[in-house]
Amino acid sequence: MGGILVRRLLGALPILLIVSLITFAMIHLIPGDPAAAIAGMSATPEQIINIRRDLGLDQPLLTQLADWYLNLLHGDLGRSLLLGQPVVQATMLRLPVTLALSAYALVLTLLIGLVSGILAALRQNTWVDQAAMVFAMLGISLPSFYLGLLMIIVLGVDLRWLPTGGYVAFTDDPLGWLATSTMPAISLALLLAGLLARITRSTMLEVLRQDYIRTARAKGLPNRTVVMKHALANALIPITTVLGIIVSLLISGSVVVETLFSIPGIGQLLTQAVLNRDYPMVQGGLLITTALLVLINIGVDCCYALLDPRVRYDGG
Amino acid sequence: MTEARRVSPVRATLRRLLHHRLFVLGCVLFGIVLLVAILAPVIAPLDPNKLSMRNKFLPPSRDFIFGTDNFGRSLWSRVVWGAQLSMFIGAAVVAINAVLGTLIGAAAGYFKRLDNGLMRINDALMAFPAVLLAIGVTSVLGPSVNDVIIALAIVYTPRTARIVRSSVIVLREMEYVQAALAAGAGHWRILRHHILPNAMAPLIVQLSFLFAYAVLTEATLSFLGVGAVPPTPTWGNIMAEGRQYMIDAPWIITIPGAALMITVLGLNLLGDGLRDVLDPRLRIQQ
Amino acid sequence: MSLLEVRDLTTSFQTGGGEVTAVENISFSLEKGEILGIVGESGSGKSVTALAIMGLLPRPPARILGGSIMFEGQDLLRLSDRSMQRLRGPGIAMVFQEPMTSLNPVFTIGEQIMETIGAHESLSQKDRFARAVEMLEKVGIPSATSRMTDYPHQLSGGQRQRVMLAIALVCRPKLLIADEPTTALDVTIQAQILSLLMDLRDEFGMAIMMITHNMGVIAETADRVLVMYAGRTVEQAPVGRLFDHPLHPYTRGLLSCVPTLDQDQDRLVAIPGSLPEPSRRPPGCRFSARCSYAVPACGESIPPLAMFEPGHAAACIRVRDIG
Repeated sequence: MGGILVRRLLGALPILLIVSLITFAMIHLIPGDPAAAIAGMSATPEQIINIRRDLGLDQPLLTQLADWYLNLLHGDLGRSLLLGQPVVQATMLRLPVTLALSAYALVLTLLIGLVSGILAALRQNTWVDQAAMVFAMLGISLPSFYLGLLMIIVLGVDLRWLPTGGYVAFTDDPLGWLATSTMPAISLALLLAGLLARITRSTMLEVLRQDYIRTARAKGLPNRTVVMKHALANALIPITTVLGIIVSLLISGSVVVETLFSIPGIGQLLTQAVLNRDYPMVQGGLLITTALLVLINIGVDCCYALLDPRVRYDGG
Repeated sequence: MTEARRVSPVRATLRRLLHHRLFVLGCVLFGIVLLVAILAPVIAPLDPNKLSMRNKFLPPSRDFIFGTDNFGRSLWSRVVWGAQLSMFIGAAVVAINAVLGTLIGAAAGYFKRLDNGLMRINDALMAFPAVLLAIGVTSVLGPSVNDVIIALAIVYTPRTARIVRSSVIVLREMEYVQAALAAGAGHWRILRHHILPNAMAPLIVQLSFLFAYAVLTEATLSFLGVGAVPPTPTWGNIMAEGRQYMIDAPWIITIPGAALMITVLGLNLLGDGLRDVLDPRLRIQQ
Repeated sequence: MSLLEVRDLTTSFQTGGGEVTAVENISFSLEKGEILGIVGESGSGKSVTALAIMGLLPRPPARILGGSIMFEGQDLLRLSDRSMQRLRGPGIAMVFQEPMTSLNPVFTIGEQIMETIGAHESLSQKDRFARAVEMLEKVGIPSATSRMTDYPHQLSGGQRQRVMLAIALVCRPKLLIADEPTTALDVTIQAQILSLLMDLRDEFGMAIMMITHNMGVIAETADRVLVMYAGRTVEQAPVGRLFDHPLHPYTRGLLSCVPTLDQDQDRLVAIPGSLPEPSRRPPGCRFSARCSYAVPACGESIPPLAMFEPGHAAACIRVRDIG
């Protein structure tokens, strides 16, 4: 078990190295003079020179690279040009907001996706199956921001059930958080629930065909035990592997959903940074978020090992 | 008893596709959008950017079947030309992906020496959340349609390359490939004649889903304001501009949104059908 | 009253090319403590018969068209799902051909045995554990207590089949259906498992339905034998009679290649041709296409199963002629 964790962490190192190189390179790939691009059209030559000096763009490339990694080791990713805050601090302030929203959406995804996928598999080729799969297909075809807009119009404006935007921190007012986060979480979750339902259905169908399911029935176990214990425990193994993809899509989706519902998370922070040419913020935010995702994926791999004794024993 | 009548495999596949009802539905939906895009100059002669303050916020009517927006522009024209842009961007991303993804995937899968390096870079690019990376790249490149295409190609090519690579790895070990190698066939010839044709099925399935992601992500980027600059009539731009007025003029967002959904739905159904027929073993990807 | 009495069982499968019968008018009975061998090639309907008795035929695509399966006086085909489920385990249990895939890979073998007890008896965790260990010892798993926490992938094929047996027998079934229990195993392991089965039969007094394509296994274990071909019974006899005086040409063919325990064949090479596809069965006697004694009359109608000696029946119109 610990062996898997160590191996995955070591395997992630080259990925993180390349990820950090790519984010470092971003600012240098700006066509023309990066400093001028950051300063904007109306900048004076002095402002451009200042920016160049502040960001170290006047140094040789190798020095810049060395500084980048040296600072990285100290947890320093520079200062946001827009906010004046250190990038790491700005990111860490917004991260809990995104993570809370993602967690809410993930719970919805798992509930809707697993339940409808399992039901569809158990009632294969009946109206239950067909309804679940139509729902899943619509889910994966409905852009989250479109769904969000429709919900704002219907649930927020017409029916006045939920607030149309704004954000209340969970720690300040849990119910307020729930109210402001529900529409964003649903817009995020529907697509992923559709995805998960389709995967769950096909995995369950595959598992239900296995010999050990026949054995479980032959032992006289009740149908519920056969499905919810014997089949599900095996189906969860391949389903776990898509959890990493789902979390990545959650973060991707939160960018647009946060902007739509004015939620002060990472997505909104980065969108603002891009719109304001705040490159240190873009670089740092991208690097931190991606590193976090890599770690989450390592966690997912460990869950995989926990669920599958063959991996746990042979690999530990 | 094995003397079944010889039917060409392409024809047999086509026949099975035509019997796949959801595939046909997907083709119809996507076909309509494609047709609208191609016929844009004919069916929407009104300039999508022509301002007419007299006509602003007109609901759908006989004169403006999709209504008008806050600048009195014809929403029909904007949505139709938006379809053309979406189709162009989607097709361009798919074309770049098909070429680059095949090249990188085949190189990594076939030449073991290249595999490690190429796949590390690939994995690193795939580690970024897709939309975040796309935003990051457009922030570097700029806000034109071409820049968006490049950004989407950078985001999605690694995924395609990975799929091609896994097919190539399996095919490379096949006996007939080993036999061809033993017979002295060159690598290029083996790749072109023995490996790549057999790696096509999963690639085609992937590309049809990719078209959907490309259209969707492009719309997301424009909606966020980091895609092609307004007033370029992309569906995302139209919806972003209509957001302010969605209570009084909801058609400005519901119509392009529906167009986007129909496109993505059509492509998803099409992709599902292709997967069922071409490559039943392939699980749902991403 | 027999323990098990199958009457005119007929089942079918829905296939791409329409509905085909898998088993037709199968009848046999089984007494307490008796071992009935059912022999036939793969596709002859042996396993379908077994699954029908267990109530485990996948429906759809399978369908039971007629007949009855009386177990201790009640018709299993009329039993509710719930009652059928309660019967599996303490009433009828089954071990399958594939020990490698028949155990759930994510649960310990202890858990898989104990949950079987839990499904049928209210025993404390401690008592279930003790019962499971005792059962593992009975089926010959060394150091059973420490094996309880092992996962299936940590066991060899023979050990897994022993675990399967432990699961099947832990609720003391009155009837054990063993579907090719040794086919996937090494020869020496095969012999061990068979003698274990015989010992357990003696100890528990249970009846066994031994399904196999291997005449050697039949000779070692069975009291009576049912020979199946293409979904129908072609011959039924006490084991000694069958080996001494086989009546049906198909049985003769099976015996002429006399596979012994250490010689396992999936196809019976002594008989030319192969089992016909269900949709391509010849009219009349289904074996006629492969039978060296066939005459034109064989293709006219399906020969009935006729009694030639007490307890010895065969379905062949040429029995008297070729005797």
